[in-house]
Amino acid sequence: MSALLSVAGLRKSYGDRVVLDDVSLSIEKHDVICLIGASGSGKSTLLRCLNLLEDIDDGVITFEGREISDPRVDARAVRSRLGMVFQAYNLFPHLSVLDNCTLAPRKVHGVRRADAEARARELLEKFGLADHAGKHPDRLSGGQQQRAALVRALCTSPTLLLLDEITAALDPELVGEVLEIVRAEAEAGMTMVIATHEMAFARDVATSVCFLDRGRILEQGPPSEIFSAPREERTREFLRRVLPGSGE
Amino acid sequence: MTVVVIGGLVLGLVSSPGWPTMQQTFFDPHHAKEVFPDLLDAIWLNIKMFLIAEVCILVVAMLLAMARVSRSPWLTPLRLLAVLYTDIVRGIPTILLVVLLAFGVPSLQLQGVTNSPFVWATVALVISYSAYVAEVFRSGIESVHPSQWASAQALGLSRGQTLRHVVVPQGVRRVVPPLLNDFVSLQKDTALASSAGVFEAVFVARDYTNYNFNYTPYVVVACFFIVMTVPLARLCDWLTARMRRRELAGAL
Ligand SMILES: Nc1ncnc2c1ncn2[C@@H]1O[C@H](COP(=O)(O)OP(=O)(O)OP(=O)(O)O)[C@@H](O)[C@H]1O
Ligand SMILES: [Mg+2]
Repeated sequence: MSALLSVAGLRKSYGDRVVLDDVSLSIEKHDVICLIGASGSGKSTLLRCLNLLEDIDDGVITFEGREISDPRVDARAVRSRLGMVFQAYNLFPHLSVLDNCTLAPRKVHGVRRADAEARARELLEKFGLADHAGKHPDRLSGGQQQRAALVRALCTSPTLLLLDEITAALDPELVGEVLEIVRAEAEAGMTMVIATHEMAFARDVATSVCFLDRGRILEQGPPSEIFSAPREERTREFLRRVLPGSGE
Repeated sequence: MTVVVIGGLVLGLVSSPGWPTMQQTFFDPHHAKEVFPDLLDAIWLNIKMFLIAEVCILVVAMLLAMARVSRSPWLTPLRLLAVLYTDIVRGIPTILLVVLLAFGVPSLQLQGVTNSPFVWATVALVISYSAYVAEVFRSGIESVHPSQWASAQALGLSRGQTLRHVVVPQGVRRVVPPLLNDFVSLQKDTALASSAGVFEAVFVARDYTNYNFNYTPYVVVACFFIVMTVPLARLCDWLTARMRRRELAGAL
């Protein structure tokens, strides 16, 4: 009942194609939930539903005890408390990295420019981007862009961070620098829901792993359980495919 | 190569049987010198009209484009109005708009409304061009990838804020070359005001021609227009090339 965010009986379809079916999930403060599953299983859609970027067909989403799936709820107020980072970074190409980071604090949260910039610079510095604050995103490497996108999301001090395969578009050697930040945030107690294909990372940081299969959460549990002793045959099959030679 | 082609054309022109007569009626240095100061004065009216119209067009076109990309249900009438406006205006030849407004409005004999043909010709240009430029703006706005909308909204920005700070700046940047292109042709279309009796360059040239039976002023006016539009056209090329370079750099 005291969950930070909870989902009950969520259903979502595009046309007559059901993408999420009877999804229920509960997220406590400081949880790090990893969503794993094959491509097309609905991970991104679930994250977008949590953020109210998609209309849902059925079910209830509550955030801090308030039902936010109610159409009368101001979606903007909810989104301003949640941070989201996308696979393709989606930085604003016409703004410098610093302006990318201060836009929402200034326009949505009413923070003064000087304060917003001070906070953004502090975070950029912390994540090794201090030298890039004045540059435009196209001058940055993929890893740097994704780190900047993370900083942009953190600048509004979100209550909950939603990360959608944030390393999937990166060269392998750049994955580490981005995951390092996520790991640091997890250790600092940030509550996160992470869709990922990085199984080693999920095993490491997750407090709980959800296996999605064709729009359903087939199995959920602590990583030690899911990765070593999955109950469901389909989970075993998926893990065998993505973790070759993992001694299944 | 170009020199050879141009040289050949000039040679062909000069050696044609009618050349001496043509030279007298179109390229007479005496007439050119005589009409030059008057034309110089008159072309300022074209430039003034162009500058005033340009600013108004940008504002009106942006409002029209905004109305067309709006989603909120209570703006639906405005959206339909914008569609209707664009469709109708784009169907009317600009010269008809100029004549209709410049002669039509004064004939209504409205109190407190100016009868100045300059004003009404400018208004006609604004009406005509804003419909085109609105479409250019709209195509720019709609070319911005939906993921930009998603990430702005995920940050909590409203639709209006997303347009203002994220989508419109990117969309407008992309359409600067076609926009400049429209302004090159706007510069030339200020000549349409001559048919509304505005004493701009073409009108003055026609006046002179009618009295002196010599067409040299037209050639001089043409040169004026070339001098005015070439810089804008070059700027347009340069911006297009720079944008292309940027995009290629981004794709690497
Ligand atoms: N806008 C849309 N319209 C129609 N179908 C969609 C839309 N977005 C997603 N889908 C479908 O919904 C299903 C789930 O997509 P989703 O992106 O959530 O999967 P995913 O688990 O994130 O996959 P991936 O690992 O490839 O990112 C897919 O089959 C996809 O084709
Ligand atoms: Mg996805």
